[in-house]
Amino acid sequence: MKFTLDWLKDHLDTNASIEEIRATLDQVGLEVEGIENPAEQLADFVIAKVDHAEPHPNADKLRVCTVNDGTTTHQVVCGAPNARTGLIGVFAKPGVYVPGIDMTLSKAKIRDVESFGMLCSERELELSDEHDGIIDLPEDMASRIGERFVDVMEMNDPVFDIAITPNRPDALGVRGVARDLAAAGLGTMKPAIEGMTSDDGFDCPVEIDLRFAADMAHACPVFAGRYIRGVRNGPSPEWMQRRLRAIGLRPINALVDITNYVSYDRARPLHAYDADTLNGTIHARLGKEGESFVALNGETYEVDDEITVIADDNGVLGVGGVMGGESTGSSVDTVNVFYESAYFDPVRTAISGRRTEINSDARYRFERGIDPQSEIEGANLAAHYVKDICGGEVSAIAIAGAEPDHALTIAFDPALVAKLTGLDVKASECTRILKALGFTVSGKGKALKVRVPSWRPDVHGPADLVEEVIRIVGIDTVPSVAMTRDIGVARPVMTPRQLRVRRARRTLAARGMVEAVTWSFITKPLATHFGGGADALELANPISSELSTMRPSLLPGLLDAARRNRDRGFGDVALFEVGQVYAGDGAEEQFTSVAGVRVGTAELGGAGRDWNGAAGTVDTFDVKADAAAVLSALGLDAGKVQISRSAPAWFHPGRSGTFQLGPKNQICHFGELHPLTCEALDLSPGAVAFELTLEKLPQPKAKTPSKPAVDLAELQPVRRDFAFVVDANVAAGDIIRAASGADKKLITDVVVFDVFEGESVGAGNKSVAIEVTLQPRGRSMTDDEIDAVSQKVAAQVKKSTGGALRS
Amino acid sequence: MQAPKGSAHMSTSDTDLATLEHDLLSELDGAGDLAALENFRVSALGKKGRVSDLMKTLGKLPADERRAFGQSVNGLKQRVSEALDARKAALGRAAMDARLATEIADVTLPVRPGPEALGRIHPISQVWDELTEIFADMGFSVAEGPDIESEERNFDKLNIPSSHPARQEMDTFYLRGSEPSVAREEGTRKVLRTHTSPVQVRTMEAQDPPIRIIAPGRVYRSDSDQTHTPMFHQVEGLVIDESTHMGHLKWCLEEFCKAFFEVDSVKMKFRASHFPFTEPSMEVDIGYAKVGDEVRIGEGDLWMEILGCGMVHPQVLRNVGYDPDKVQGWAFGVGIDRIAMLKYGMPDLRAFFSGDMRWLRHYGFLPTEVPSLAGGLSS
Repeated sequence: MKFTLDWLKDHLDTNASIEEIRATLDQVGLEVEGIENPAEQLADFVIAKVDHAEPHPNADKLRVCTVNDGTTTHQVVCGAPNARTGLIGVFAKPGVYVPGIDMTLSKAKIRDVESFGMLCSERELELSDEHDGIIDLPEDMASRIGERFVDVMEMNDPVFDIAITPNRPDALGVRGVARDLAAAGLGTMKPAIEGMTSDDGFDCPVEIDLRFAADMAHACPVFAGRYIRGVRNGPSPEWMQRRLRAIGLRPINALVDITNYVSYDRARPLHAYDADTLNGTIHARLGKEGESFVALNGETYEVDDEITVIADDNGVLGVGGVMGGESTGSSVDTVNVFYESAYFDPVRTAISGRRTEINSDARYRFERGIDPQSEIEGANLAAHYVKDICGGEVSAIAIAGAEPDHALTIAFDPALVAKLTGLDVKASECTRILKALGFTVSGKGKALKVRVPSWRPDVHGPADLVEEVIRIVGIDTVPSVAMTRDIGVARPVMTPRQLRVRRARRTLAARGMVEAVTWSFITKPLATHFGGGADALELANPISSELSTMRPSLLPGLLDAARRNRDRGFGDVALFEVGQVYAGDGAEEQFTSVAGVRVGTAELGGAGRDWNGAAGTVDTFDVKADAAAVLSALGLDAGKVQISRSAPAWFHPGRSGTFQLGPKNQICHFGELHPLTCEALDLSPGAVAFELTLEKLPQPKAKTPSKPAVDLAELQPVRRDFAFVVDANVAAGDIIRAASGADKKLITDVVVFDVFEGESVGAGNKSVAIEVTLQPRGRSMTDDEIDAVSQKVAAQVKKSTGGALRS
Repeated sequence: MQAPKGSAHMSTSDTDLATLEHDLLSELDGAGDLAALENFRVSALGKKGRVSDLMKTLGKLPADERRAFGQSVNGLKQRVSEALDARKAALGRAAMDARLATEIADVTLPVRPGPEALGRIHPISQVWDELTEIFADMGFSVAEGPDIESEERNFDKLNIPSSHPARQEMDTFYLRGSEPSVAREEGTRKVLRTHTSPVQVRTMEAQDPPIRIIAPGRVYRSDSDQTHTPMFHQVEGLVIDESTHMGHLKWCLEEFCKAFFEVDSVKMKFRASHFPFTEPSMEVDIGYAKVGDEVRIGEGDLWMEILGCGMVHPQVLRNVGYDPDKVQGWAFGVGIDRIAMLKYGMPDLRAFFSGDMRWLRHYGFLPTEVPSLAGGLSS
């Protein structure tokens, strides 16, 4: 919403400075987005006369002008076709900044003739796109030569640009803005122009009607209009054009400019019909399937029974509250004009607007809520301005329907202000403010009765009245008050889940992985590849197909980030993310995932070459270690969690595994990715990854901080090595489990220190070497006792894996 | 005066001994390596060495001279032996020094940074942790909820009816759903939450006041340009009890800004505004100075909008089953990415989600940089 200071002063009697107005607008909730004074930018341009214009000696199209700026004369080379002796135009000296060409003028030599300044076109002053010639002012401007252009044109009028929140349709008019400022103490309201009295004039020859079923009558409850015959349409007066131009509207002709002017002045949209193009009764109703019309913007729109239309006996003319039709709009040739001033329901207007996809100023206003009491005033204002500007003869008002019921009286205890804000505002001040804003206040003490003005559809209850009071008083005057807090040390607040998320992040970062945050939505093919892509998880209105489907896994996003890094020349990356993944759209189907990828040589010890040993290519065990580290950090003993060989299809079928608790609860997959996965993401084969679902972990057990007593055995542990030859398919984990189980009391650790396949152990076999640690207690073990345990280890391993001791 | 008998013999022997000792010690000084030392030991102190030979003459001495002679020889033996040890140690040390002189590591060769120096925490996570620290101290716990929400919790319960212009302006992402045309009319579509306010709704639905929570999380709006991304992060706060009011809200936000931006004071400007779910509503500007490209909060006289807040709308309280005549409260919302950019000087929001290692390494945080109030959040 824009307005000029001069325009504001039509409604507000004030001496406030620009800065005071800015601060007060901000305070009351009409946020100032900018204040521009065109005069500042154009301050150095003056009215000047071309005393002589002679042909340029070296160029046919140029003229050498002697320009008189009232003080002295300047030689100016000018290329404009209309540069001539006697022209009165706008002149800029060297050193002046010309906004339209974004250049500061300097002395110049044009085809060997010196030029000291510029005669300007409208485009060079950013007044319009006009650039066919320089500004050519009427001859009566001769008396003003030497004066500033902005003064002569009365452009010294700052333009305010304010953001209007959706609850304040009344502030979409200058008068509404003025009312807030007056209430905040910045001046007093001036009486408004009232328009022509309703009953004056001949009977309106245009019949109007409302044709709705009873349950839809609210769509357009009232329709008023006035007919003016014999008008002389043409350009609107300069003052009106200047204001419209200042707020960014293009003047068209008087009849149209009047509708725009009343809209911005009073927040009252109007529509002007060329009455001679109307056929029969103008009426508002719902559209019918198959109907269409050509709108003012030249486009054809179909309507239906969700849309409020204005029609005559020939069919649909326009969409009520949204846009009128091309064929019935007023034009410069219009002689008899009919102004519509109606009330269209905000919800129905929004629906009509959405279904036709028309965005217009009228829609914007009706969607937010027009003053339901303003229809007659609007028609009368239109009549006033038309009569004034275009002449003609005005009919009496025609009205169909009645203004919608908007009466609301709120019981209000002024003490609520202090209760909600902490600021004690006197009841008398509350009353003053509310009255200044147009509320009617009656009653006494704690039982005020506050009647809401028709133009404030946003005010429903006591809390809204508190807002009215506090925004006018100023929220900055509310004192800060410390919140109550527990005496003593603040208590921990994080949930076990939140702690796990934090620990997972810092564990992985401590393992050299870099945390990324990737989009929650990915392409549908990738989502499908990673087990997702259900229709229910597709966006109905994605911004692109790249970001169209909710991710079932963090891996595609991470791998895609790895690919982009590779494309930038960084092929060795270790990335992780902790974030939501989506198996469905219910709350219980959205999980927190912890996932990481390693690509290239991004091993734990760092990537790439080094004099002290180059990093190897990442493999399954790099990410198994990452996954195990996270599981440990989250309170699981990774050594005790089962590992199965099943992993989802996007992993390599042989080089992947799953940590699981019991047969069904798969908590974390890890391993090399399937070559097809890498291909889908344009990565070289061999990328490795893990992904853990936080919700699948058992809740951490509540426990005291105290730890169990440490076992500091006095005797040295005894270590024995074994090498077993087993079938190549035997899992090392089974050997470890068997060996550990041989004597659960004595054996404290089993470490695999070598795995070997080769001819010496026979085809289809492998050798697995383990170191078993025995912890004697109380007394040293004898050689016989050690041998006995060793035999048990060998026997257990043989029993469960078929492995024989390697000779 | 006649010398006592035997003294002449003894003095002669003493002279021999002194000569021998001198010879032996000279010889020892001349031994240049461990092998020469061993030869010397054998020839001097060995069973057939010169000192042992001397001892063997002991028996030939008169009984009254044996004792003194024996003591002298033992003294000699001990001194030579000690000298031998000392010489051995000196030679050993010299040999070690010579060896060490050849053992040189080029200490300018680089070492690889360890994983703890390579890894990074994303600025959003870091700021999330900072927020948790600050608000935990003020008694707030952290509430979370799903990204895919019902229209009801994202809009209706928050007093944003389907006709409300705000609902259009939010540029909401809708899920397609299994039967789009059916669900559409009923207003029961699923949306990507446009704010974390549905977490407030969930919290209030699940518990009675008093409530003090922050709700950080991902939010989505169909918007994409230099300063907008279709996904970003927000933290909202909610306090409900019998009497908490706008003064407490202002205090809380002032304390938060001071703690978060780690400055002694901040200038804040509260402007009236409008949100459907708060009444009265406010927007808050924060004072800053611009030094080069750097934004300094708490200095200067420029203002920027930083957050929205207000008293929870009575209708929202009723929607979750509270009685607005008995309880009241306030809420605020601020962009996590936004305040991270302001605090840590990151210019471009889109880079947050690019996964660019260079950006992440530069702006990310070490795993050991755990924010704490005691240590200062960013130190």
